[in-house]
Amino acid sequence: MTEKISEDQVKHVAELAKLKINADQLPYFTTQLDQIIGLFETLSKVDTDGVEPTSSVTDQINVMREDIADNWNQRQALLDNAPDTQDGYIRVPVIIDESEDNN
Amino acid sequence: MNYFDQSLSSVHEKLASKAISATDLVKQTLDNIKNVDSKINAFITVDEDGALKKAKQIDEKGIDSNNLLSGMPIAIKDNMVTKGLKTTAASKILENFKPIYDATAVKKLNDLGSINVGKTNMDEFAMGGSTENSAFQTTHNPWDETKVPGGSSGGSAAAVAAGEVLAALGSDTGGSIRQPASFNGVVGMKPTYGRVSRWGLIAFGSSLDQIGPITRNVFDNATVLNAIAGHDDHDLTSSDKVIPDFTSTLNKGVKGLKIGIPSEFMAQGLDDDVKQVVLDTAETFKKLGATVEEVSLPHTQYGVAAYYIISSSEASSNLQRFDGIRYGYRAKDAKSLEDVYVKSRSEGFGDEVKRRIMLGTFSLSAGFYDAYFKKAAQVRTLMINDFTKIFKDFDLILAPTAPTPAYGIGEDISDPMTMYMNDVLTLPVNLAGLPGMSIPAGFSKGLPVGVQLIGRPYDELTVYQAGSAFEQDTDFNKQTPKMGGNN
Repeated sequence: MTEKISEDQVKHVAELAKLKINADQLPYFTTQLDQIIGLFETLSKVDTDGVEPTSSVTDQINVMREDIADNWNQRQALLDNAPDTQDGYIRVPVIIDESEDNN
Repeated sequence: MNYFDQSLSSVHEKLASKAISATDLVKQTLDNIKNVDSKINAFITVDEDGALKKAKQIDEKGIDSNNLLSGMPIAIKDNMVTKGLKTTAASKILENFKPIYDATAVKKLNDLGSINVGKTNMDEFAMGGSTENSAFQTTHNPWDETKVPGGSSGGSAAAVAAGEVLAALGSDTGGSIRQPASFNGVVGMKPTYGRVSRWGLIAFGSSLDQIGPITRNVFDNATVLNAIAGHDDHDLTSSDKVIPDFTSTLNKGVKGLKIGIPSEFMAQGLDDDVKQVVLDTAETFKKLGATVEEVSLPHTQYGVAAYYIISSSEASSNLQRFDGIRYGYRAKDAKSLEDVYVKSRSEGFGDEVKRRIMLGTFSLSAGFYDAYFKKAAQVRTLMINDFTKIFKDFDLILAPTAPTPAYGIGEDISDPMTMYMNDVLTLPVNLAGLPGMSIPAGFSKGLPVGVQLIGRPYDELTVYQAGSAFEQDTDFNKQTPKMGGNN
């Protein structure tokens, strides 16, 4: 069977999805994804010329509503869920990695 | 209280006549859960304090004698947000998450006075068919503790089957209510897409996800759907169609109904016992006055591929929100913002979730979109057309729910392909947005086997009508597991 997805592609896809796959897990994920994508390719046998794609099966179209804030007054409950907070703000590590600014 | 010989009506009668108070009922329910769940592990969280508090309020206000759910203990799958009560979707990434609002379906049950006793185990983010993908615990099938309860709503189905509660909410993206219902010998309904609001259901595949009830019998199921159905301003895909009384057709019988059995669903790969159960069920329906004929859903063999492309693509988008910033798990040693994202997600998600995110990201990525996502969406249209054609001449479709009865814990988990193929009989209903219900219809070596009844869009009434007629003529739903084996 020809390869549907390579280890490099799996690494790339993981990067796009903000995931890191460790080197020792890469062959395992690659083999599995390769098999599944092989299954996906069976769809090429279906004649879909001129067939509209379906993205949703709702019976609703363009539902409008007033733009009114709802259930908004829960600042402390929201902050209680954050992993790190300070003075009513959510704390995160530095956004710009300054170690590369040394030139 | 053990609920094996009870129904919503029989328990309601005890509450309304004050033979038991809501508080005592909740206490007995919690005691039984403590006992039973030490073996079954259906619950991630048991909300003892919350349930007792609510019961006290109900007792002070009095039981509403016109409302079967007043004071009734129920359970909720742990992917529906519950205000102030830990909601994890069985993922490490949400292990300490406390929602600030109630999902609409949960709120509707709360408003009717039902009492949430806890949150049930599931496959992480509802991805899986055995509940083994939970980050926290393994749930055991009450009929045989060495077997899986199915999934992803395995906790809800096992809790009902083990007599821990009479009703629980599940969610179904590709079979996650119906398959565990089949494995546990209980009734599980996936309503029409849009029938129940998805607001507060932690999103997996947004064009497929639907909340529905798992119960011991059809009447109870219809009663819970009555409670949770309806348009919701918070879910713009929820339908504004009039909600009928889903219990209103339960005694109408099936005389004159036309039922089709898709030949593709009865093909190779189907367990012999399961096949026999479907054929026996067809005979029962014929005996009761329905006509049963073979029909064809010619694109069935492409369903698994189309479903896994579409659901994984939607999941990869929906799960972007888990980034370790505002809520949920954050990796301890993250040095930069990028590090927070990548490490939190890599440590917080389990392997199956990572697989789906990568499959989805791949299917949507430049150069692959047309061959995968768009193609799958086109095949979805063809599958919908297949159903539409059948429903011009037939009122219902009868089919096996799952290819096999419950399998052993640890048997399938290592091979995702086998897991995915197991969904072949349930996922067409999600792709087409139809109502589908699994009802207990037989046994195979002591394990329950369910069959699936599939209806036209928004025609849950006919599904319930036929399910009820079958239930009244048979006693499969009256069997209960002898916990500890030897069924």
